[in-house]
Amino acid sequence: MRQSVEDSRQLAAPAVPENYLRDGTTVGSWLNTRDHKRIGVMFLAAVLFFFFIGGVFALALRMKLLFPGPFLFDALTYNRLFTLHGVTMIFLFLIPAIPAVFGNFMLPLMLGARDVAFPRLNLASLYVYLSGAALAVWGFIHGGADTGWTFYTPYSSTTPTQVLPLLVAVFILGFSSILTGINFIVTVHTMRAPGLGWSRLPLFVWSIYGTSVIQVLATPVIGFTVMVVAAERVFSFGIFDPARGGDPVLFQHLFWFYSHPAVYIMILPAMGVISECVAAYSRKNPFGYKAIAYSSLGIAFVGFFTWGHHMFVAGQSAFDNGVFGVLSMFVGIFTAIKVFNWVGTMYRGAIAFRTPFAYICGFLFFLVFGGMTGIAVATVALDVHWHDTYFVVAHFHFIMVGAALMAFLAGLHYWFPKMFGRTYHEGWGLVAASLIILGFNATFIPQFLLGNQGMPRRYYQYPEQFQALNVASTAGATLLGFGFVIILIYLVIALRWGPRCERNPWGSKGFEWLTDSPPPTHNYDVIPTITQDPHDYRTHAPPGVYNV
Amino acid sequence: MNELLRRLLFLPEQASTFAYEIDRLHYFVILTTFVMSTAVGLTAIFFFIRYRRRSEAQTTPHIQPSLMMEAGFIFVPLAFFLAWWAIGYRIYIEQTTPPQGAMDVYVQAKKWMWKFAYPGGPNAVNVLRVPSNRPVRLLMTSRDVIHSFYVPEFRVKQDVLPGRYTEMWFEAVQPGRYQILCAEYCGAGHSVMRGEVIVLKPEEYEDWLSAQHRGLAERQDGAPTALDFAPAIGNLVDQGRRLAQEQGCVKCHTVDGTRHIGPTWLDLYHRKEKLQDGTSVDVDEAYITESMMDPLSKVVAGFQPVMPSFENKLAGPEVAAIVEYIKSLQSDAVRTGASEGPAYAPVRGR
Repeated sequence: MRQSVEDSRQLAAPAVPENYLRDGTTVGSWLNTRDHKRIGVMFLAAVLFFFFIGGVFALALRMKLLFPGPFLFDALTYNRLFTLHGVTMIFLFLIPAIPAVFGNFMLPLMLGARDVAFPRLNLASLYVYLSGAALAVWGFIHGGADTGWTFYTPYSSTTPTQVLPLLVAVFILGFSSILTGINFIVTVHTMRAPGLGWSRLPLFVWSIYGTSVIQVLATPVIGFTVMVVAAERVFSFGIFDPARGGDPVLFQHLFWFYSHPAVYIMILPAMGVISECVAAYSRKNPFGYKAIAYSSLGIAFVGFFTWGHHMFVAGQSAFDNGVFGVLSMFVGIFTAIKVFNWVGTMYRGAIAFRTPFAYICGFLFFLVFGGMTGIAVATVALDVHWHDTYFVVAHFHFIMVGAALMAFLAGLHYWFPKMFGRTYHEGWGLVAASLIILGFNATFIPQFLLGNQGMPRRYYQYPEQFQALNVASTAGATLLGFGFVIILIYLVIALRWGPRCERNPWGSKGFEWLTDSPPPTHNYDVIPTITQDPHDYRTHAPPGVYNV
Repeated sequence: MNELLRRLLFLPEQASTFAYEIDRLHYFVILTTFVMSTAVGLTAIFFFIRYRRRSEAQTTPHIQPSLMMEAGFIFVPLAFFLAWWAIGYRIYIEQTTPPQGAMDVYVQAKKWMWKFAYPGGPNAVNVLRVPSNRPVRLLMTSRDVIHSFYVPEFRVKQDVLPGRYTEMWFEAVQPGRYQILCAEYCGAGHSVMRGEVIVLKPEEYEDWLSAQHRGLAERQDGAPTALDFAPAIGNLVDQGRRLAQEQGCVKCHTVDGTRHIGPTWLDLYHRKEKLQDGTSVDVDEAYITESMMDPLSKVVAGFQPVMPSFENKLAGPEVAAIVEYIKSLQSDAVRTGASEGPAYAPVRGR
């Protein structure tokens, strides 16, 4: 699949547009493109749209929770809203967010390749995603479901709401995820530039590789599981519903066998983004490169054996609880290794406090706190009190918003010049980052305390002793919302009017900066030969001329 | 110190025997978490101040951690994590192993209420009365979807599943009223599926129980109890004896140890029965219930598969009554008591 120099000369023949954004400006040229960069940009637009929708649902929920009694809307609407919030944020935003956007855009650039291994399949994954998303939206409009994103049986097999479109949507979205995963695995194996051995792969590539393995292995399980629930609803199968001879806990096993690794589908790419950003803004080689790289694979592997920690009080045997408990302790270690090595990367570096660096600081705090509260809820005796309370809600929002979303924002700012060739307003960037980090803490730290106090999750009404902390949490969520609006405004301005930048405005030594910003359609006229490790800052790369 | 941390962390009061032990581990874990995450954050900020970029063309040395350092990164946190697991698992075993002689209460959950049936007396809805300083074991099942029985003050929670029994136990240390919350999402009424545990002093509990027997405190708890309960006459064992006659159980099962069409009920509870397929089964509440609902799935060796199913013929409390009646049929040679205990012995006996 590697193209020869002759091929590349032909591709670089005259009349080639200056970059991928100019290569055809019609709608059709975007919709039919096989360019991984354009597909990445279209995914960016799509996931940001769904992030906005999911965020609106979240704010509506928080507004209701200002008061303990009925307020704004009724219980059924509330239950639908939290289901839609979960489904949108997880299946339509978090899972595709980093792999399908930055993975698509950066992976071939970092490998010194002209595209991914299967460009058509890549475009197909976008359309599969869009059709799944369209079906989900159709389901939202026609009543929505009230099962929660976890679809626990036998509730989900008996509730009269519109569960079916969502189940099928999850099934379809899974295929998009599998296609992306296969594509990336093959690309990493076959399309590395000369000199780019496995021990030199950028850490983002390692993390995307680990993620892809999980996507390919775990996603089929959720696919058939939701199909069985659908069959139970339509044909009255009795697989999960005990009234028809099924076992409801079997569903939980199958569901978490996917959905626990799915947490790593969301967080591993985030860790990859942070590995790149820490090195770039500290201008320092990654401390413990091998430890960070192998721990990505370690997470991908051990993450498959911890699903039972979601079921400590679900009627699982005490022996199983012990085994899943201890295995969960091991998966925490891989994250700890990464955290220490990121901090180590800053040691004796040359740190520039840009917007992404602010998100890195937020990310580190949120990941350690969120991760260690994860260890806490994996401690069986403690989980009995915390299970299904707001403590768990706060814990996974620390990981998924605190860590994964901070990394997404760090990546968005770090790679914005790479993707669009323009820079954003640094001052507003820092203002928004501070608002978001502050607002995030104010939203979710009260939720930890609510969980301690004993407030179960998915509560439309709640006993009055929980009100004070709920009000604090809603106030924080409002602040968080403002932060996102600011980002939206200055990025849209930057997209249109931002000052143009040079090839490598941060002086980064990630391989994706070897080509122009924004890159030409086929990325590299001549495939580069890699002679250095990524992020080797013993020499300086001025903004215009980074080359190996 | 305990009181200060408990209030700082918004934990509810410690009203069961193991609540304090759990909270102590909670403090250890959460304080370590706070220290670690703050330390990481502060180190990052310190490194930023100390190593901020001084010129645009600045270069940096290539540094790799030593093997010792990487090992430290792995084994120091691992030691903490494993210690938490070990402490937590020991408490958990204790927390899920009902002591012998615990008082049994049958719990039935349905959208959106809790029903309680006491072996010694009446049924109740949404109000569970228990004596203080006495272990109480709850045998729980659901009529519809999954619910979860949660009392924050006791630090206990257990999912309640349709189609099978789950059990949990607690021993309340302080008379008082404690909220029961449903912790597993179960639909529109999930957040109002609340009940109350009223912990009484032992003598008050006895008074209440005998008042119930005399039928004085009629429906004190004032909820729609009659829905699908047989009128509660006598204790569960008496109800069970009556039901066994009404339903014809005793036409095939003897209660005096003689062999008839079905296995005798005398000493049946916790007998090891050999099944037709060669496996053996411990006759517990779950097996007895299963045999009523699906009698042909596990037939005892040496008997014909002739028993009819009682599914949809017996309400939940009636099943509980028959189970209790069978449990009461013990010859003197056999130990009496609530249960043999689960497969895992408590690490520290109680």
